[in-house]
Amino acid sequence: MKEFKAKKQNEILIKGARLLDPGSKLDKVADMLLRQGKIAGIGQGFPSENADVLDVGGCVVFPGFFDLHAHLREPGFEDQETIASGCAAAIAGGFTGLCTMPDTEPVTDTRGVVEFIQRAAEKTMVDISPAAAITKDCCGAELAEMAELVQAGAVAFSDAPHSLANAGLLRHALDYACMFKVPVIDVCEHAGLAGDGLMHEGAMSTRLGMRGIPGIAEDIIISRDLHLAEYTGAAMHLAKISTKRAVELIRDAKKRGVKVTCDVTPHHCLLAEESLAHYNTDFKVKPPLRTVADREALIKGLRDGTIDAIATDHTPHSPEEKQVEILAAPFGTTGLETAFSALYSGLVQSGRLPLEILLQKISVAPRKILHLTVPALREGAPANFSIWDLQAQRQVTADSFYSRSRNSIFLNDTLQGVIKAVCNKGQIWQA
Amino acid sequence: MNRHLLGLEYCSREEIESIIQTGFSFKEVLSRPIPKVPTLRGKTIVNLFFENSTRTRISFELAQKRLSADTVNFSVAGSSVAKGESLRDTIRNIEAMKIDMVVVRHKSPGVPCFLTECTDAVIINAGDGLHEHPTQGLLDIMTLQEKLGSVEGLKVVIVGDILHSRVARSNIYGLQKLGAKVALCGPPTLIPVKAEQWGVEIFYDIGDAIRWGDVLNILRIQLERQSAGLFPSRREYTQRFGVTLEKLRRVDKEITIMHPGPINRGLELEHDLADSEFSVILDQVTNGVALRMAVLYLKSGVPAQE
Repeated sequence: MKEFKAKKQNEILIKGARLLDPGSKLDKVADMLLRQGKIAGIGQGFPSENADVLDVGGCVVFPGFFDLHAHLREPGFEDQETIASGCAAAIAGGFTGLCTMPDTEPVTDTRGVVEFIQRAAEKTMVDISPAAAITKDCCGAELAEMAELVQAGAVAFSDAPHSLANAGLLRHALDYACMFKVPVIDVCEHAGLAGDGLMHEGAMSTRLGMRGIPGIAEDIIISRDLHLAEYTGAAMHLAKISTKRAVELIRDAKKRGVKVTCDVTPHHCLLAEESLAHYNTDFKVKPPLRTVADREALIKGLRDGTIDAIATDHTPHSPEEKQVEILAAPFGTTGLETAFSALYSGLVQSGRLPLEILLQKISVAPRKILHLTVPALREGAPANFSIWDLQAQRQVTADSFYSRSRNSIFLNDTLQGVIKAVCNKGQIWQA
Repeated sequence: MNRHLLGLEYCSREEIESIIQTGFSFKEVLSRPIPKVPTLRGKTIVNLFFENSTRTRISFELAQKRLSADTVNFSVAGSSVAKGESLRDTIRNIEAMKIDMVVVRHKSPGVPCFLTECTDAVIINAGDGLHEHPTQGLLDIMTLQEKLGSVEGLKVVIVGDILHSRVARSNIYGLQKLGAKVALCGPPTLIPVKAEQWGVEIFYDIGDAIRWGDVLNILRIQLERQSAGLFPSRREYTQRFGVTLEKLRRVDKEITIMHPGPINRGLELEHDLADSEFSVILDQVTNGVALRMAVLYLKSGVPAQE
């Protein structure tokens, strides 16, 4: 685990980088002057006597990313991740904001836990927006005190990593949430159909002797949720979709005008079930890595707008938990530190996804779903961005993480794009 | 030849034939007045059984004794695994005691593969979850060769709970590599998805399977599958998939019956059938020792002596 050190921004001059902000229709090479945590000017010929100069010619500046789906483990599982280490990992991946999932211990279902997370986040460079549990203790039985949780600062409701099985209760949650401007996030897996499956059900699982999780375990819940969203008119967000059929169902629903949004993880866009051939537990994730056809449908869904956002589903697990036989290993991969460069290497470089669309999905859309302010590269705006050398590569090694955990699905891969610096909350971090 | 024996999916036809041929040589050794050879003297083998097993463990142990290897048995009860030690730590600790081979059984698929990354010892898979049980597959083929000559062109039906069977998978890979035709017979709930990828026939009635096949390899039905909703009752299973003398007499050909054991008499197999002239079930057990001697010898790295 690497040590994270940020410092307070004084006057900083970012020199020679390409500034790319599709939201502000900005794409040019220019200097950027930062003063008191804000972008004081964009242009040329700023005086540099009083400023720390960051010469980043050849690099690219993007508005800060936002992760819709991060398990930061604190309070409760600090051996796997803390809010501080999770935020360090976020910054190292270019994420200046993230939404934490409620599966903490105690569960994020009271004002106290929401405020605890926010207080811990104040000391970091990341803007944290917690999602609170839909139901008390994520048990799926009684609604949590949603109004108070919103008042405390919850920006969404979810029982992640589980789907809310009781459709009647989910309907009430959606109706009730209409009072507030917050979406309900469902993770789409039918528990009965998923059973104790370990990987995608198909020819591969049969050959490897692993119990399968069929694609329909997801599709059925997606269908149910789309009906609920349509009927209630509430804001429904479907997390980590993974099947071709899910993309089709959501595409059709959006055409009908259903108020639904969804996200996909980088690993589901880049990998498939074949990765499990050697029973490597780093590839044991939920939803499971699906088929190549599913993966291609997800990429198409990103391109045509069916899929609104990228979410990392950052799920840290200690080596003791993960380096065991595949049956006993928990599901999940870390993701914050690899998301952008993995997608840049796998999709943008090969021409399958334009960079502008990737930025839209990883920076703009996630914040819009949660009704948060979208950062921009614009004079007067807060300095909230990351700087990348897209010509450079790095190998993802076990000692390269800021996260407390190293269960990365991209471990040992070589990724294109190396982060140089991040600015947010009046601070700067340099790699 | 592979260094480890992880599964028959990864073995060539030549490797399978060579192991079985060596198995027959050891079977001759077992018929001698002193059925023991010094072949693996000085070699240390650990039997690492994380899952209950009686016959496979005893068969391996006996094979090791007949080869004069030093053996250590490690079973879950009373071990550090019960105290929360991880599999990786367990194997590294055992390896630190200088061992040559590990025979492993575990309920998780892929454990033998995982162990090859944790240790330099040779790994022999004695059954990993629903994945493979290669020595069982090999001894089944050896038994068929012994009784029927070559298995080339032979029609073998695997009957019962294919979904949860590592024996089925190893049989499919091994038999097909040696040119046999394989069919599966069982309720659709116990046939794995995409079983057709193996190029096998599938029967949902034991009568059809008997008409098609020369050999029935009958798997044990675990009664907990019924409570999991995979079939309605023991009675209905026996009626539709149970093998009986009467069903065998309906066809005018000689059928061979195999079973990896332990048998649920009266459920998948009629009471006396296991002891009838159709059955080679006890030959399987005898051949199991010789076959496992062959595997241990060939994987030990000890050079041939003749």
